Amino acid sequence: MSLAWLPEPANWPEATARAAAGDLTFDGFVTLANTRLTPSRTNQLDRLLGKAFPAAPPAGLGTRPVRLAILSSSTISHLLPAIRVGALRRRIWVETYAAPFGAALQDLVDPASGLQAFGPDTVLFAFDAPHLTGLGPDAAIAHLRELWRMARERFGCAVIQQTLLPVALPLLGSNEHRLRGSRHDAISEINHAIRAAADADGVDLLALDDQAARHGRDAWHDPVWWLRAKQEVSPGAAPAYGDLVGRLLAAGQGLSKKCLVLDLDNTLWGGVVGDDGLAGLVLGQGSAEGEAHLGLQAYARDLAARGIILAVVSKNDEANALEVFDHHPEMLLRRADIAAFFANWDDKAQNLRRVAATLGIGLEALVFVDDNPFERELVRSELPMVAVPELPEDPSGYADRIAQAGYFEALGITEEDRARTRHYAANAERATAVAQAADLPTYLAGLDMRLIWRPFDALGLPRIVQLVNKTNQFNLTTRRTTEVEIRALMDDPDAIGLQFRLVDRLGDNGMIGVVIARRTRPTGFTIDTWLMSCRVLGRRVEAAMLSVLVESVAERGGDHLVGLYRPSPKNAMVARLYPDLGFAALASEPDEARFGLDLSAYVPEPSPIRSARG
Amino acid sequence: MQPDAITAQLTAIFRDVFGDPALVITPDTKADDIAGWDSGRMIELIVAAESEFGIRFTTREVDGMARVADFVAIIAAKTAHAA
Repeated sequence: MSLAWLPEPANWPEATARAAAGDLTFDGFVTLANTRLTPSRTNQLDRLLGKAFPAAPPAGLGTRPVRLAILSSSTISHLLPAIRVGALRRRIWVETYAAPFGAALQDLVDPASGLQAFGPDTVLFAFDAPHLTGLGPDAAIAHLRELWRMARERFGCAVIQQTLLPVALPLLGSNEHRLRGSRHDAISEINHAIRAAADADGVDLLALDDQAARHGRDAWHDPVWWLRAKQEVSPGAAPAYGDLVGRLLAAGQGLSKKCLVLDLDNTLWGGVVGDDGLAGLVLGQGSAEGEAHLGLQAYARDLAARGIILAVVSKNDEANALEVFDHHPEMLLRRADIAAFFANWDDKAQNLRRVAATLGIGLEALVFVDDNPFERELVRSELPMVAVPELPEDPSGYADRIAQAGYFEALGITEEDRARTRHYAANAERATAVAQAADLPTYLAGLDMRLIWRPFDALGLPRIVQLVNKTNQFNLTTRRTTEVEIRALMDDPDAIGLQFRLVDRLGDNGMIGVVIARRTRPTGFTIDTWLMSCRVLGRRVEAAMLSVLVESVAERGGDHLVGLYRPSPKNAMVARLYPDLGFAALASEPDEARFGLDLSAYVPEPSPIRSARG
Repeated sequence: MQPDAITAQLTAIFRDVFGDPALVITPDTKADDIAGWDSGRMIELIVAAESEFGIRFTTREVDGMARVADFVAIIAAKTAHAA
């Protein structure tokens, strides 16, 4: 069970020697973490990282550092280095805390415990199966829910619960469920019930049982280590465990990948369309290899249906490539499924930059799938932030390899996710319409845009949290949030929370913007958070949002607004937003520019967008 | 496998685990001789050796391992049996 999607490290002894000598930057560490590390190399990298950055990460990571406490009933200290490396792989800095052996509960309850002093923002409950099955399924679930509640009450933290590894031996066999109360049966029952409980309580799962189903229990658990050191997860599985935790932490910060970029020849279909012609391609029913390529298409289509954007980057004549999409009868993916299509003879790194720019997402949101090892290496060296999985030789394993890598880990699913492909397809249409319209204002006026706004409410909560935590570019302060925080804000008379959706002639763009302002003086409000989805950029939606906010502030007796801009590696596009909207510059700090707007002097910008409360 | 070949492969494993590309081991090398050789590193050595040589150590064998020579003897016996 290796990290098969990652490439072998190019020159490990040389790279680690540089790290030991203090010559490796944090980015260099991230690159090393993105190689196929063995358990011992994982630990070695963690030690080197600790030496290079003993106290804190360097500034400007662009991700939120995490304080992760792991509460367990058995030994988990051997998993901590792999967890830190799993997060490093995603540029996340993690401080870990492990409760003293056998003292997880005391740690949680005792106000003077090490856990309280540590102050986690994320708690992972990692109980071994014997511990929970000993309680029986019902009591085990009740116990967990109580612990989740306590952790949240004390720390206001995110909670992750590990599901149980199927370590108990069967007593009956295939019909084990008829022996109620056997340990084997209890594990199945708890793993089933834990999902409903976690959903009800807003807890995220670390599904070790699914992993065991995929790789086999023996890959995850070895009785030798359980007996020797009470390690339920065997040390050999530590890198995989750490990577799973890293995925969850990244998903919680909106850092999961957003777009699957596909090569064409010998990836999406067998053969080379330029040489073999449409009829010569190996694709679809009738040949095992043709079905294998179709399997990748089916997986891509299913990912798109749940919100992953699809793109194509291929060295091909565009006409040849498009002909396959338009005319090959076995193709599952069609042209309308692809949000950005680049078939030309430029190098692939250049085309990947174009994909990111066209879609308005960062390069680090891309996964690039290509059968050609040369192209993979080229992209990795030019664009290390793009994920490029190693593929097996046989195309029948392509989709599985992408799935194993967990690039698209998500904690939930919203209506916006399901509709995303349609949004991007409609955007492509809008782009065409821009080209046809005489000028931009004429085009925008013809779009019939309506900005529907509402105060924060329970209905919008999941999408508000998602949008706040994943938006990087049009985001003035890049402050992240939690459901708990947004709920508190809904009840606060001195806070304004607004959610916006944009509807136009071509479709409903869904919720695309969030503004949070707080009363900071008797008649003055400060804009704490302002962000907007990149898919509605360039339409002056921001000016319309401001005029809604101004009205809400005036309703609450406010006469002055302060806007903050905190630069991040990704939000340069909004550096001048406030001055452009008529705000005056105020005294500023290097990491926070401040702007003020006197409401009595505010004149709304003439806009083709009609605003209405929804 | 011959003891020399095993020692050469073990050297690479020890160098990885202790992060020292110049580390030299002999049959008599034991925990006291290498800085950082604690129970955690012992686990790393065993996991790496199992994966590298494609073998499994028994609980009893792990209990009896103290010197490099113990690793070599057990690996030699297991790989000879496999061949």
